[in-house]
Amino acid sequence: MRYLPLTDDDRRAMLARIGAASVDDLFRDVPPAAWTGPDGFDGLPPHATEMAVERQLSALAARNVAAGSVPSFLGAGAYRHHIPAAVDHLIQRGEFLTAYTPYQPEVSQGTLQYLFEFQTQVALITGMEVANASMYDAATGVAEAAAMACRITRRKHVLLSGGVHPHYRAVTESFLRYTDIETECLAPDPLGVEDLMGRVTAQTACVVVQNPDFYGNLADLSALAAECHAEGALLVVAVAEPVSLGLVTPPGAMGADIVVGEGHAIGSPLNFGGPGVGLFATRKKYVRHMPGRLAGETVDEEGRRGWVLTLSTREQHIRREKATSNICTNSGLIALAWTIHMTLLGEAGFTRLARLNHMKAVEMVEALERVPGLKVVPRHFFNEVMVRLPGQNAAGVVDALAERGVLAGVPLSRFYPTYPELADGLLLCATETTDTADIEALVSALTEVLR
Amino acid sequence: MTLDSPTVTGNRGLVIEEPLIFEQGSPDKCGVDLPEPDDRPDRLGGVARSGPIGLPGLSEPEVVRHYTRLSQKNYAIDAGFYPLGSCTMKHNPRLNERMARLPGFADLHPFQPESTVQGALAAMGHLSDWLLGLTGMEAVALSPGAGAHGELCGMQAIRAALDARGADERRVVLVPDSAHGTNPATAALCGFQVRGIPGNDRGRVDVDAFKAALDDRVAAVMLTNPNTCGLFESDILELSTAVHEAGAYFYLDGANFNAIVGRVRIADLGADAMHINLHKTFSTPHGGGGPGAGPTVLSGALAPFAPLPHIVADGAGYRLVEHVEGDMQPFGRMKGFHGQFGVFVRALSYMMSMGVDGLRQASGDAVLNANYVMARLRETLTPSFEGPCMHEALFDDRFLKGTGVSTLDFAKAMIDEGFHPMTMYFPLVVHGAMLMEPTETESKESVDAFCDAVLALADKAKAGDAAFFTGAPRHTPRRRLDETKAARNPVLRWEPPAPAQAAE
Repeated sequence: MRYLPLTDDDRRAMLARIGAASVDDLFRDVPPAAWTGPDGFDGLPPHATEMAVERQLSALAARNVAAGSVPSFLGAGAYRHHIPAAVDHLIQRGEFLTAYTPYQPEVSQGTLQYLFEFQTQVALITGMEVANASMYDAATGVAEAAAMACRITRRKHVLLSGGVHPHYRAVTESFLRYTDIETECLAPDPLGVEDLMGRVTAQTACVVVQNPDFYGNLADLSALAAECHAEGALLVVAVAEPVSLGLVTPPGAMGADIVVGEGHAIGSPLNFGGPGVGLFATRKKYVRHMPGRLAGETVDEEGRRGWVLTLSTREQHIRREKATSNICTNSGLIALAWTIHMTLLGEAGFTRLARLNHMKAVEMVEALERVPGLKVVPRHFFNEVMVRLPGQNAAGVVDALAERGVLAGVPLSRFYPTYPELADGLLLCATETTDTADIEALVSALTEVLR
Repeated sequence: MTLDSPTVTGNRGLVIEEPLIFEQGSPDKCGVDLPEPDDRPDRLGGVARSGPIGLPGLSEPEVVRHYTRLSQKNYAIDAGFYPLGSCTMKHNPRLNERMARLPGFADLHPFQPESTVQGALAAMGHLSDWLLGLTGMEAVALSPGAGAHGELCGMQAIRAALDARGADERRVVLVPDSAHGTNPATAALCGFQVRGIPGNDRGRVDVDAFKAALDDRVAAVMLTNPNTCGLFESDILELSTAVHEAGAYFYLDGANFNAIVGRVRIADLGADAMHINLHKTFSTPHGGGGPGAGPTVLSGALAPFAPLPHIVADGAGYRLVEHVEGDMQPFGRMKGFHGQFGVFVRALSYMMSMGVDGLRQASGDAVLNANYVMARLRETLTPSFEGPCMHEALFDDRFLKGTGVSTLDFAKAMIDEGFHPMTMYFPLVVHGAMLMEPTETESKESVDAFCDAVLALADKAKAGDAAFFTGAPRHTPRRRLDETKAARNPVLRWEPPAPAQAAE
């Protein structure tokens, strides 16, 4: 077995040194009734060569349609961007890939420094004061943000906008389901017309919104933030498409108290949706209530600058059942990919990438507006819009376009099958990877199917 | 004590001082060439960003050099022995990386039509088959993102099952004192009160105390097996029977499943739920602290409550079930999209490579290596418990008594000798714990070199050379870092330097 270095001679010599008769003898504390012999695992195959495994898995992969192989307009929280070649090369350096949590800072300065840089980049683009070293993803990040807001305000009511990604809503509801926190999920709000301000009370711990929202609507949240603060509540803003922050006023500048983002779209391929990386930023005064790991600056014995994990008295390994969260790990390698991609982009690249995405979306929307029987819903958007196909089932249209070799967005019925009024809704997204020919293919296929 | 004479730059050969990205470059540099955006009227509705963000600009060669230099300041499995107990730092096969990067897996959008992702759903189905085959359990929830997240999955399923049967009075969860901190934190998140169970002098749960604690308020027991002392809970069948007779559920923490995979089926231990750290037992990379994955296997009693989504084999193909169907009663959803798919592909690639025979050999070699470490060190160090250990060997600091050297000092001296230290001060049930997990991917030569170094260090400590230890490490990019300063005045991000004050 190629991954196992011990030889039979080694094993014999080691057993002799230990004073055991066999390897099985070392397992003598296992009750016989719980022991399974080598032939006891029906249906599981024996070991295979690298060549054989590669052949089998390549055959499985070949049964999928890679998003980049056809015109693709899928978004809904997962955005396909071009990733510079250097990113994947660097994250595969073994010193990053095969290290663990930097428990021994003297031999982990590489990880700690990039986490410190990551935290700074996240804080800068969200317009916040501090950020942590990442969460699993945005959905779990929103759930943790809601719990954090309850700790800060000592209130127990969380209000989730109907414009928040349905998975973020579902994960937050599940996460808080067995705590003493009450989550109120407003109905899906494709038009961005719900009255959140009127619902904020002195019992509200936080209001959770998304910008742009799940349906593509872009909004100024300043008035909502002011209303939340007037009632002593916090404003949590989710950002599903981090590239938007290169062009849009950041949530921090609109008055957000906690910002949660899905970082996956920067630095990582789609990967069928995971692993992601949750960006999590807040105000400095709330940092001790924040979940997740934190890299902090300090000095070593010789006075040289260095980094350590810090404020761990919030965490489960110290606080156990009183911890701010049960989270143990972060999403280190995906955070590394994110920070390398961001560093390659820099100020000029990040803002240009954002503008490029918006212009591609404007180009797509201008083309869609000429398709009969289709209505674009958001007036203001970044790179994604909901469209309505009156009288049509959007899921059926998507299937029909898939047969024509176009991945034509995400039907809303996939998330809200029990809302017939959303059955004609479709989310369409354009990024820098979308070209004019793709848009023409979409428009002509849609025109044909809707005719 | 500084061993070498200082250089004029502060660099030391291959270890080069590297400033932050914010201290490099200039705003007009860029490492990516992007086309010029069209000049169409924007549709932002007046919420365009104003003013610069403050990000630095670097060209590609500068970026590559920055991260290469940072990488050179990290210890990693690829570079050497990493016996970090409880974390299972085994070799990460590169075939798994290649497979995860196949465009047919990596370039898949989570919401593509089902007909275009049959291979991906099949991969998830195959992974489920492996996990169920190895554990003998009824169902598996793939979506939890890490071990602690898998614990949450299992405990929420237990809470849902209790609610379904109206057992509102059951709100206590028993957790051994030796448990990982995530166990009590998870139980608290599910609305349970945590009650500790003491261990005995054999490093196992005290069966009498355990049974005495089981009453009709107990919802569940969370037990790690093999436990955090590296020992198999030899009374486990008696314990699980008692849990079930008391009307409670049995959560098994699968952090140490790698010690028994291919030899013990979890269902045969009486477990109702167990998370499986794919990044430990099934070799996916730890990546500096994630991403992992914590699929959770469930018994028949808990299977109806498994969170969404589910993967269902349906005739010739697979379906992804994202909403409630039939009589399923999922407690909800744990993660966005469909879980850590990229990690699933890597783990599947590993399982297919190892096969059931290779996995059995791996757990055998892991236990053999740990017992060999124990055999070589037991006369000089102080083992905490008797008997064969499983995949990790636990020592405490009695052998350092009177030397002026602590477990921490000892660990720092190991760093200078070229090893990553063992886990320190965990589990909490022994004093100054040193938990060593060599894993099955270390050769005998490698384990011997480690043991030789530890024995020599122990002799040096006992000989009274405390300063050698308290001043360590000396050969690292940084020496001991001031953690108190970091916590007292947290600096969690770079700030631009304040403008210089004009002289008056």
